Amino acid sequence: MGKIVAVTGNEACAYALKQINPDVCAAYPITPATDLMQRFSGYVSNGQVDTELVLVESEHSAMSACIGAAAAGGRVATATSSQGLALMWEMLYIAAGTRLPIVMPLVNRALSAPLNIHGDHSDGMGARDTGWIQIYSENAQEAYDNLVQSFRIAEHLEIRVPAMVCMDGFIVSHSIERVEYIDDADVKNFVGKFQAVHPLLDLEHPKSYGPLILTDLYHEYKRAQHEVMTKVPGVVLEVAAEFEKMTGRKYGLFEEYRLEDAEIAIVVMSSAAGTTKDIIDQYREKGVKVGLLKPRMFRPFPFTQIAEALKHVNAIAVLDRADSFGGYGPLFSEIAGAVMSMDHKPAMINKIFGLGGRDYLPEQAEQVINELIKISETGKVGAIKEYIGVRE
Amino acid sequence: MTTKALKLKELAKGEDRFAHGHRMCAGCGAPIVVKQVLMATDYPIIAANATGCLEVSSCIQQFTAWKIPWMHSAFENAAATISGIEAMYRSLVKQGKLEDKNVKFIAFGGDGGTYDIGFQALSGAMERGHDMMYICYDNGAYMNTGIQRSSATPFGADTTTCPAGDVIPGKLQNRKDLTRIMAAHGIPYVAQASPANWMDLMKKVQKAFEIKGPKFMNVIAPCNRGWRSRTDDAIALAKLAFETCYWPLYEIENGITKITAKPKEKKPLVDFLKPQGRFKHMFAPGNEYLLEQAQAYVDAQWERLQKEAAFWGEE
Ligand SMILES: Cc1ncc(C[n+]2csc(CCOP(=O)(O)OP(=O)(O)O)c2C)c(N)n1
Repeated sequence: MGKIVAVTGNEACAYALKQINPDVCAAYPITPATDLMQRFSGYVSNGQVDTELVLVESEHSAMSACIGAAAAGGRVATATSSQGLALMWEMLYIAAGTRLPIVMPLVNRALSAPLNIHGDHSDGMGARDTGWIQIYSENAQEAYDNLVQSFRIAEHLEIRVPAMVCMDGFIVSHSIERVEYIDDADVKNFVGKFQAVHPLLDLEHPKSYGPLILTDLYHEYKRAQHEVMTKVPGVVLEVAAEFEKMTGRKYGLFEEYRLEDAEIAIVVMSSAAGTTKDIIDQYREKGVKVGLLKPRMFRPFPFTQIAEALKHVNAIAVLDRADSFGGYGPLFSEIAGAVMSMDHKPAMINKIFGLGGRDYLPEQAEQVINELIKISETGKVGAIKEYIGVRE
Repeated sequence: MTTKALKLKELAKGEDRFAHGHRMCAGCGAPIVVKQVLMATDYPIIAANATGCLEVSSCIQQFTAWKIPWMHSAFENAAATISGIEAMYRSLVKQGKLEDKNVKFIAFGGDGGTYDIGFQALSGAMERGHDMMYICYDNGAYMNTGIQRSSATPFGADTTTCPAGDVIPGKLQNRKDLTRIMAAHGIPYVAQASPANWMDLMKKVQKAFEIKGPKFMNVIAPCNRGWRSRTDDAIALAKLAFETCYWPLYEIENGITKITAKPKEKKPLVDFLKPQGRFKHMFAPGNEYLLEQAQAYVDAQWERLQKEAAFWGEE
């Protein structure tokens, strides 16, 4: 059994990186992710890792250097938030399209304008189509566990896809929580040796990376990428099963909380799920059959498995910590996509909450559950999309 | 490792590490530069390439002209990409996971990908001190996208985004002096070279490869499409660029400037401008002032360079 510590999300992730000991990290500071790489730099300076740390002049170069390093043939990680991820946008597609297993903690933060450094999912959601695996974490323990697992997932020889491990900026990254660390040797053993595929550094077998592919084959390349994504859920579950054997902590593609017999359900990701579970417990005591579904793997999105898990509920509220202006929240759209395959379609509402770090309070969860109860009774839905927790 | 003898006969027998059959335009200067660079040395080389003519024409689908490990990832980041590759090499060698084979790392970029959009990544990589060489093949415009102006485009040139019109006579600004800017980074080796002076170019490459740390080379690469010159004039124009002192050949080693080749007699700039359609309007009656201005800039730059070299006694 590992060590129990009181640490922040960033601290736990920096520690996971230390235990994993990547060959190269290239990074650039941005709140709230800065603190993670800063802590990791300490391990580098004190010789506690073998990592070559490349302190680049921008996030665009951070991801570019990670891409070069990963193609060269070794284990690579970086971390960022918000504007940093936005600046990487071009390179995120190139990392995924080149099938380089880079791992990146994403400390979720709002996007400008107006400038705001606090937690929401706008950054991650903006990168949902880049071809990266995205895993969202509720707390520091999950961020740590997900980060350890993500190297195994990204580097899996059947997929080789880069992975983002997301946690809520400040709410998780900067809050001290109880975390159970895995022993160094166990992490090392679990993650295993990096297996290079077509490394650039193989001088005997020179490879060209990054060709021009025009109309005759580009479409096929993209289909291949799509097909690889369909294999990811299997890999994520396989890695989770092994992880559970090692730690006793169970992970799936999503978490279900009191959902089995629920009539109404809330779907929400990351830290807000914790608050929601507490309120669900209170309503359950009053006899209200309410449950929760917390997606863990947002990309690829497990449509069929989620449809199966939600098939018996009458009404669903999807809580998005990001907006797609002029559209529904991104999580809502995915849940609506999942629901499409159901015979019996539940009523659905979409609440946009917590932008720019606005607190998600118990009252907001209560308000949503009350609305779901009404919808379930009357079958009538008011506004489908609505902001909650807004100052009027 | 002893440096390779630069004898034409020997060089001709060596392996071509940039193969025939690439799809650069006939008469393009860039592949000549690449060949000369790769031919100058027997060290193993790994290259990164910025998006641009060289990149799109040398690796298409399953066909590659590169017989060395090569990577293109995007336009503005060749320096950052190669710095990642170099960092991984260092890391694996340090950890004993890879044998040290004295690999040399090169990034190739056009002037657009170097002077403009890739400038930040280049500056960053140089400051970080990676053991790498950045080679800019400078054809004086964004050629791949159809001859748009860059900050390397010379004064007066007609490009598709600064067309010589009735009011604006082509590019109004002088070239950015990137070679000097790179020297200001305080890196151990910076040089300017030309494929017309192949021996000078190859010697510079050889010298650079014996120096640890970041190196930068700026090499003129005539483009007959953009310069609107004769197909087979690339080397002739590169030579005129040298002879008119439009493109002086020099190096700055550990801060000391040395002119590595001087024309016997400095020719008037018009000799370089005249064969190029992009400067045609400058020769129209009434536009003499454009020629004068262009000449004055070249003279001033040449004067300054000579003074700098004289200061170090390296004239
Ligand atoms: C971020 C980005 N902006 C613009 C482009 C379009 N683009 C591709 S190549 C190129 C011009 C390249 O010019 P240069 O670097 O001078 O090289 P050359 O084509 O002349 O060899 C441009 C503008 C791009 N690929 N990426």
